Amino acid sequence: MNNSTALPISIRGLTKKYGDLNALNSVDLEIKSSEFLTLLGPSGSGKTTLLMAIAGFNRPDAGSIKFGDAEMVLTPPHKRDVGMVFQSYALFPHMTVSENIGFPLKLRGLAAKEARGRVDEALATVQLSGLGDRGIDQLSGGQRQRVALARAFVFRPRILLMDEPLSALDKKLREHMQIELKQIHRQLGVTTVYVTHDQREALTMSDRIAVINDGELVQVDTPEAIYNRPKDQFVADFIGESTMLALTRDGDGRLSFGAEIISSSTPDSSVSNWRLVIRPERLHLLEGGANTSEKQVVFRGRVTEYVFQGETAFALVALNDTTILSVRFGTGAGSRLRSLELGALVSVGLMREDVILIPEEGQM
Amino acid sequence: MPVSPDIEKSSLHSQELQSQKKREEWMLLGLSLPAIFVIALVVILPVGWLFYLSFVDSQGSFSFEHYQKMVEYKSYARVFIATFKVSALTTLICVALGYPIAYFLAALPSRWSGIFMLAVLLPFWTSLLVRTYAWLVLLQRKGLLNDLAIQIGLWDSPVKLVHNMTGTLIGMAHIMLPFLVLPLYGAMKKIEPDMMQAASNLGASPVRAFCSIYLPLSVSGLAAGSLIVFVLCLGFYVTPAVLGGGRVVMVATQITAILEHQFDWGAASALGVVLLLATVLVLYLAGRFFKFDTALFGKR
Ligand SMILES: Nc1ncnc2c1ncn2[C@@H]1O[C@H](COP(=O)(O)OP(=O)(O)OP(=O)(O)O)[C@@H](O)[C@H]1O
Ligand SMILES: [Mg+2]
Repeated sequence: MNNSTALPISIRGLTKKYGDLNALNSVDLEIKSSEFLTLLGPSGSGKTTLLMAIAGFNRPDAGSIKFGDAEMVLTPPHKRDVGMVFQSYALFPHMTVSENIGFPLKLRGLAAKEARGRVDEALATVQLSGLGDRGIDQLSGGQRQRVALARAFVFRPRILLMDEPLSALDKKLREHMQIELKQIHRQLGVTTVYVTHDQREALTMSDRIAVINDGELVQVDTPEAIYNRPKDQFVADFIGESTMLALTRDGDGRLSFGAEIISSSTPDSSVSNWRLVIRPERLHLLEGGANTSEKQVVFRGRVTEYVFQGETAFALVALNDTTILSVRFGTGAGSRLRSLELGALVSVGLMREDVILIPEEGQM
Repeated sequence: MPVSPDIEKSSLHSQELQSQKKREEWMLLGLSLPAIFVIALVVILPVGWLFYLSFVDSQGSFSFEHYQKMVEYKSYARVFIATFKVSALTTLICVALGYPIAYFLAALPSRWSGIFMLAVLLPFWTSLLVRTYAWLVLLQRKGLLNDLAIQIGLWDSPVKLVHNMTGTLIGMAHIMLPFLVLPLYGAMKKIEPDMMQAASNLGASPVRAFCSIYLPLSVSGLAAGSLIVFVLCLGFYVTPAVLGGGRVVMVATQITAILEHQFDWGAASALGVVLLLATVLVLYLAGRFFKFDTALFGKR
C-alpha cells in the first residue's frame, strides 16, 4: 500500500545508563525497510528502553538513530512521525474510537471528509467497521488493541513500533492477533519494530529477531537461523526448549559424548569446550538397536517419564545418572512407539544436520 | 432428594434465596437508621423551621410578605448579585492559581508531592478566623505587604488592600484554594503518563497535547473543585465580614445585619431560603452539564 514511505532504521552505538545500570550498552542494529523485526529478551533486558529511544521518549546518553538518512536522536517525539502501539494501549478515554483514530489526522490538518475516509479504512483493516462511535470503555481487550493499532498506522507513519501489544490478551486471542498483525504488516509494508518476551510470538511473527540480554544484542537473525543455529547458550536456552550435553574433545579435535562421536572436527579451534544443543522435537524414537552412523547419532537410555499433551507427547530419557534427554514426538499412530513404557530401554536418534554446537559459556 | 424436571431445578431454593435477600435489605436499613435519625434532627428539622419562619409575618400569620419585600427592594437583588459575583471571582482566582499548583503536585514524584501537599493543606489546620485576621494584618495600610511594596518601589503610597473587594477576594481565594486543588489533583493523578506520550507520538506538540488530552482529562476534577468552591462561597460569612469591612455585602453578612439591627427572623429566614434554593439550582445545573468525578456524585 505505501511501501514507498517505509524507512530503514540504523542504530549505532546507542547507550543508555540508569545510574550504574547499563540499560543499553552500545547497541548497533540495522533494520531494513519494510522489515518486521522483533526485539526479544527477558524482563529487564532493555527492550522497552530501546523502543522508547527510537520513539524519542527517552534520551540516550550516546549514539545515533537514523531513519533513512535523517539523524533522529535529537528530534522531539512529536516530530519523528513513528506510529506506536503502547503496551497499555494508551487510548484517550474522552474520545470515541473514531476520534482516537482520527486524532493524528486532525493534527496533520487533514480535511474532515478525507480524515473520515481514512479512519473508516483503518477500522476496516483492523476489522472493527461499525464500532467507530463506541466509547473506549465499551470495548473488549482485543478490540482496544486493534484500535490502538489502527491509530498507530492511520497516519501512514514510516515506522511502526509495538511494545508487547498482545501481552494483556488471553492465549487464543493472542494467537489470532499475531496472525492478524502479521497480515496488516504485509498489507501496509511499514518498517516494524515489535517487542516481546514471548519467544513463540517472536518466532511466529518476525522477519528477523534481535535477541537482547542485559542491554546488549546477542544475535540478530531470521527465526529459522536463531532457532537452528543459536550463537550461544543464552540464545539456545531462551528460544525453544533444549537439552545441552557437555562434549569432550580428543587429540584429533573430534567432539564426542560418551562413546558417540558427535562431530569429526572442532568448529572453532580456539575454543576448547563445546556443548551439544538438542531440540526435543529433532530427536526421534527408534525401534530396535540402531547404531550411530554417517547420518545420525544414536543415544540409548531408559524412559523415566511420559506425558501426553494433545498433538504431541513428550518423554524423558535418562542416558546416565545425570543426563536426561527430553524427546518430543507426534501422537499419531505412525510416530508412536509400542514399547514406550516407564523404565523401557529405548534408542533415540538425532540426524547429523540437526546437530547444534555452541561454545561453553565464558569461552568466547 | 432427586429433582428431575428442569423447571423444578431452575426454582431450586429460590424462595429461601429471596427471603434471604429481603432480610439483608432490612438489616442494612436498620444499620443506617441512626444516621437517618441524626440527619433528620440536624438537617431536615432546622431547614424546615427556616422555611416555616420565612412564611410567617410579624403578626404570626401566614404571608408572602418577606418574599414580596425581596422582589420590591432593589437592595436585595444587589446583595444576591454581589454574592454571585464574589463567588464567581473567587472561583476564577482559585482556578487560575489552583490548576498550576495541582499540575505541579501531580507531576512530582510521590515523595515530594506529599511534602508540597502538606503546604497546601496546612491552612486547613488553623482556624478560619485566625487566617482571616492574619490577612487583615498583612493587607492593612501599614501592613507587611504595603511596607514591602513601597520599600521595593512597587507603589509609592499605601494601597487600600483590605476592607474592600480586593481584600475579600484575596482572603476567600486563600481559604478556598485547597477545595479546588484536592479534587483536581485527584483527577490529574489518574491521567497515565502514557497518555501524553501517545499524544506526542501521534504528532501533538506539547501545547497541543495539553489542550486536547490533558485538559479534557482533568476537566472533571476542575469542574468538581470549582463547584465546591463556588457553592461554599455562596454561603460564606467570616471572611467577607472581616476583610470586606462592610463594603462587600453578601447574603450571609446581610442575614446577620438583619438579625442584629432589625431582629427580623422572618426576613432573615426568607433570605436563607432563597440562598439555599439558589445553591440547589447551581448544583442541579452543574450536575446536568458536567460529568463529575465519580468520587463526588457517584457513578452515572
Ligand atoms: N526510569 C528508569 N529508571 C531506572 N531504571 C530503569 C528505568 N527504566 C528502566 N530501567 C531499568 O533498565 C533496565 C531495562 O528496562 P526495560 O524497561 O527496557 O526492560 P524490558 O526489556 O522492557 O523489560 P520487560 O520485558 O519487563 O518490559 C531494567 O533493569 C530496568 O530496571
Ligand atoms: Mg518493557
